[in-house]
Amino acid sequence: MTFLAKPSVRHRKLKLNELGLSHRDYEGPVSTLCAGCGHDSVSAAITTACAELSLPPHRFAKISGIGCSSKTPSYFLDKSHGFNSVHGRMPSVATGTSLANRDLHLIGVSGDGDSASIGLGQFAHIVRRRINMLYIVDNNGTYGLTKGQFSATNDQGSTNKRGVPNLYASIDLVSVAMQLGATFVARSFSGDKSQLVPLIKAGLKHPGFAFIDVISPCVAFNNHEGSTKSYNYVRDHDSQVVNADLVLPQAEITTNYAPGEQENVTMPDGSILRLSKLASEYDPRDRLAALNYVQSKAEVGEIVTGLLYIDPDSSDCHTIMNTTEQALNELDESVLCPGEASLAEINASFR
Amino acid sequence: MIKYNDFVIRFANVNGSGSASANNMFAKALFRMGIPLAIRNLFPSNIQGLPTWFEVRVSEAGFVGRREGADIMVAMNAETYAEDIESILPGGYLLYDASKPLAKELHRSDITEIGIPIAAMLLDEFSDPKQRSLFKNVVYLGVLSKLLNMDFEVLSDMVHVSYRGKDQLIRPNIAALEIGRKYASDNLTSPLPLQVRHSDAVGDRILVDGNTASGLGFVYGGATVCAWYPITPSTSAVEAFESYANSMRIDKQTGRKNFAIIQAEDELASIGMVIGSGWNGARSFTATSGPGISLMSEFLGLAYFAEIPAVILDVQRTGPSTGMPTRTQQSDLLAAAYASHGDTKHVLLIPSTPVECFEFSAESLDLADRLQTPVLIMSDLELGMNESISEPFTWDDESKYDRGKVLDKAGLDDIERFGRYLDPDGDGIGTRTLPGTHPSKGAFFTRGTSRDSYAAYTEDPEHYVANMQRLELKWKTAAGLVPAPEIDTRANGEYGLIYYGTSALPMPEAIQHLKDAGIEIDLMRIRAFPFSEVVFDFVESHTQVFIVEQNRDAQLKTLLVTEGSINPAKLPSILYYGGLSITAEFISSELISFFEKTASPRISEVK
Repeated sequence: MTFLAKPSVRHRKLKLNELGLSHRDYEGPVSTLCAGCGHDSVSAAITTACAELSLPPHRFAKISGIGCSSKTPSYFLDKSHGFNSVHGRMPSVATGTSLANRDLHLIGVSGDGDSASIGLGQFAHIVRRRINMLYIVDNNGTYGLTKGQFSATNDQGSTNKRGVPNLYASIDLVSVAMQLGATFVARSFSGDKSQLVPLIKAGLKHPGFAFIDVISPCVAFNNHEGSTKSYNYVRDHDSQVVNADLVLPQAEITTNYAPGEQENVTMPDGSILRLSKLASEYDPRDRLAALNYVQSKAEVGEIVTGLLYIDPDSSDCHTIMNTTEQALNELDESVLCPGEASLAEINASFR
Repeated sequence: MIKYNDFVIRFANVNGSGSASANNMFAKALFRMGIPLAIRNLFPSNIQGLPTWFEVRVSEAGFVGRREGADIMVAMNAETYAEDIESILPGGYLLYDASKPLAKELHRSDITEIGIPIAAMLLDEFSDPKQRSLFKNVVYLGVLSKLLNMDFEVLSDMVHVSYRGKDQLIRPNIAALEIGRKYASDNLTSPLPLQVRHSDAVGDRILVDGNTASGLGFVYGGATVCAWYPITPSTSAVEAFESYANSMRIDKQTGRKNFAIIQAEDELASIGMVIGSGWNGARSFTATSGPGISLMSEFLGLAYFAEIPAVILDVQRTGPSTGMPTRTQQSDLLAAAYASHGDTKHVLLIPSTPVECFEFSAESLDLADRLQTPVLIMSDLELGMNESISEPFTWDDESKYDRGKVLDKAGLDDIERFGRYLDPDGDGIGTRTLPGTHPSKGAFFTRGTSRDSYAAYTEDPEHYVANMQRLELKWKTAAGLVPAPEIDTRANGEYGLIYYGTSALPMPEAIQHLKDAGIEIDLMRIRAFPFSEVVFDFVESHTQVFIVEQNRDAQLKTLLVTEGSINPAKLPSILYYGGLSITAEFISSELISFFEKTASPRISEVK
C-alpha cells in the first residue's frame, strides 16, 4: 500500500480563511479507502469545518483506534499529529492527550466496532469524564477490514450481503451517550454534508465532550438491499429534528434557514449556535425527552438525525478537576519539583 | 541473661478492629528509641472480621528481613490461638486476654504464658462497648511497655502524635496505656529478659513504606499525569502521589492543580491515558500489580513499537491469576520484561529499599523520556506496603529533568526535513515532536503499524527490519543508562550470588550465617533490565553463580540465560515463593546444603 501525495498546486480562485489558509491546508494525502466509502465524506466534512472555523491546522491532535474509520485521520489535517492507537482504546489515548495539553483541538475518530464492541467500555467512560474533544464514530454497522461481519450497531434483522439477518439487538451510541451525560450529542449521515459540516463545527466549539454518530455506509459490505445502513435506506428513513449552524462572532448572518422554529445558543467564544427545529415538538435541551424521541423513532425504523442534545452550560474534565490553565506538558521543574528543602520536613515525618 | 533489641514480636488481631494504629504506635516508639526494625503486615483480602498479623522484627544488628517464629506473641484473636501459639519459639512468651481461660490443649510447657484479663479490666473503665474493643489494643501496649522496659515517654508521645487533631482521643488512649502498665507493675514479673533500650543504630534513617516513597518520587520526578485503577498492593502509591501533590503541587495564587489524576475504568484505560499524555510530552505514570500488567500488555507493545514514554509501577503480588493478592512475590519479571505480542522488550528498574523506590520513581520518568519507551518499576508487596528502615530521601536542586530528544519549533525551523524514526546520534533513539509544535513541520502519524524512518506506513521488509534493528540498538543504549548492579566481590572467590528486590532485606543476615559456616561468596544485586556488560562479567568471572528469587520459575535466571546466552547449569537457583518474604535462614540453609551435597570446599577450608 502506498500513500499518494496530492499535487501541491493551489487553485488561484481557492477561497482563503481568516488565517489566509485554503481548504487544501486542512487536507491530507489521498485516501486508500474504497471508492465511495462514506468515511471519506466524513473526512472531507472535517476538513471543511476546520477550514471554515479558521483554526490553525497544526493545533489539532487526531486520535483513532483500529479499523477503516480509524485510518481516516491520515486523510485530513496533515499538518497536525495523528495517533492510530489500539483497537477500541482511542478514548483513553485521547484522554491522556487532553490531560497533557488542554490547548489542542482534539478530534477522535472511531468506528462502530471500535466504539460499540471492543471499546464500549472506554466509550462509556470518556463520556462520563467529559473530555474536551470532538468524538466522531463513522458508523457503518460492519467490520470492513475483516470482510463484512456484523458490528454491534447493526440493527436486528438487518441482513448481510449473503442475506443472513443479524439476530442480536443493536447498540445505539447516541442513546448511550445521552444516558451517560454527554453534553453534545448529534447524529448525521455521511451523505448529508449540509447537515454534517455545521454539526462538526459546533462540536469543535463545544466546551466538553461532543459526540457525533455519523451513519457512513460501507460500499463493500453493507450497502445492499436489506441493510439498514445503506445509502438508500438511510436517505429513505432519515428523520431530521434539529439542524445546527455555527455563526462565528465576527461573521455576518447570511445563511438562509429552512422554515421552522429557530433558537440561538451562545457558545463560550461568543459564536452563536443557531438551531433550526425541523420537528416542532423536539427540544434539544431536554435530555430525557430527546432520549425518548430517538428511541421511539427507532422502534418504527426511523433514524433521527441532527443535533439531538446540547447542554449550553457544559464544562470539561479540566474544569471539574481544577487543573492549571497552562498545559501540563509545558510545566518544568521550577513548578513541578518541591526541591530538597521540602524533603527535610518529609524525612522528619518518617522518624 | 538479658537480650537487648533483638526479637520478633507478632500481634494476632482481627482485621477492622483498630489494632493497626496501636501496633504502629508500638513499632514507631521503638524506632524512635533508635532501634532498627522492620514491620510486616500479614492481612487477608478482606475488609473486616478475618485474622490479621502485625509483626515487628527488632534488630540492633540491623537484620530486617523476615525471620520465622515469634519470640513474643500477642494473641488477641481466639480463632487463631492454635497456630499463633504454635509459632512461638521455645523459650518465648505468649500474651493473651485471660478474661476467658486458655483451652487446656493450647498450653505449652516450653513458653511463658502471660494472661491478662484485658476485657475484664476495660469493663470498669469504659462503658461504650466500641471503645472497650478499641482500647483493648492500647492496654496490651501498656503491658508491653512494662514487660519490654520501653521508654514510656516515647510511647505516650506517640499517642499525642498519632491523634493530633483528634485531641479527645488522646486522654482515653493514655488512660488505657496506663491501665496496662499498672497491671504489669502490679501483677507481672517485669521486665522480661527480652528488652529494648535506646540505641544510636538508626542514625538519620527513616521508617517508611516503598509505595509512599514511590508516590513522593513521582512528585519529585515531575509526573503531571497519573491514571490508575485500584489494585492491591499498588493503590497506596497513587494515594501517596495524590496526597503529596495536593500539599506541594497546588498553585498558591490560583488554587489550581499542577497535576491530573484519573481513576480509570480499568488498567487498559489507565495505560492508554499514560501513553496519550506521554505522547504529548507530559510525564505520566500508572501503578498496578500483576493482573494489571496482563491487561496492559497490548498497549505496552504499542508504546514500545511507536516509541512513547510511559512509566508503570508494578507492585508485585503472588500470582498466577488472582493468586494470593495480599502476599508478596517477584513473579511478574518475565511478564513485564517481554509484555505484549511480537518482539518486545521493556526496561525494568528493580528497587530494594524505600529510598530506591523514591529514586527509581523519579529516575524512571527521565529514562522513559530519554529512551522513548515504557519503563516498569518492579516493586513488590513486601517493599511497597510494609514500613522498613531506609536511608533518608535526598534531592539535588541543581538537577534538571531529562526530557529526551524533543524538537521544539526553533529546532524544527533549523532542519530541512523531519524524520521521526531516523537515528541521528547512532544510539537508536530518534527525535520526536509534540503535537501542536510547528505550523508546517514536524507533524507525523504515530501508529502501531510498520513505518519507515519518516513515519510513513510501509510493509517493505527492509524498512521493517531496519526499524527493528534500530530498536535493538536502542535496547543496548538502555543497558548503559539504567541503574548499575551493586557488586561486592568481598570473597574474590569462584562462587557468586545474584539477588534483587526485596531479597536484599535478609541478605546481610544470610551472609552472616554463611560466614559463620565458613562460606564467603561474591555478591551482585541486580537493579535493572536490560543487563549491562558488568552483569555478564560477574557471571563470567565465577564458576558457579547462585540466583536468589521469590518465584517458582527462576524468572531472572531465564532473563540472564536468554539475554546473555549463559549455560543454565552455571546458575543454580534458590527459590522461595510461599507468599511471605524470603528469610535469611532459607537462603543460607539452601547454600550450605549445596556446599555439603557437592562437597565443595569452603573458604575456611581453602584458607
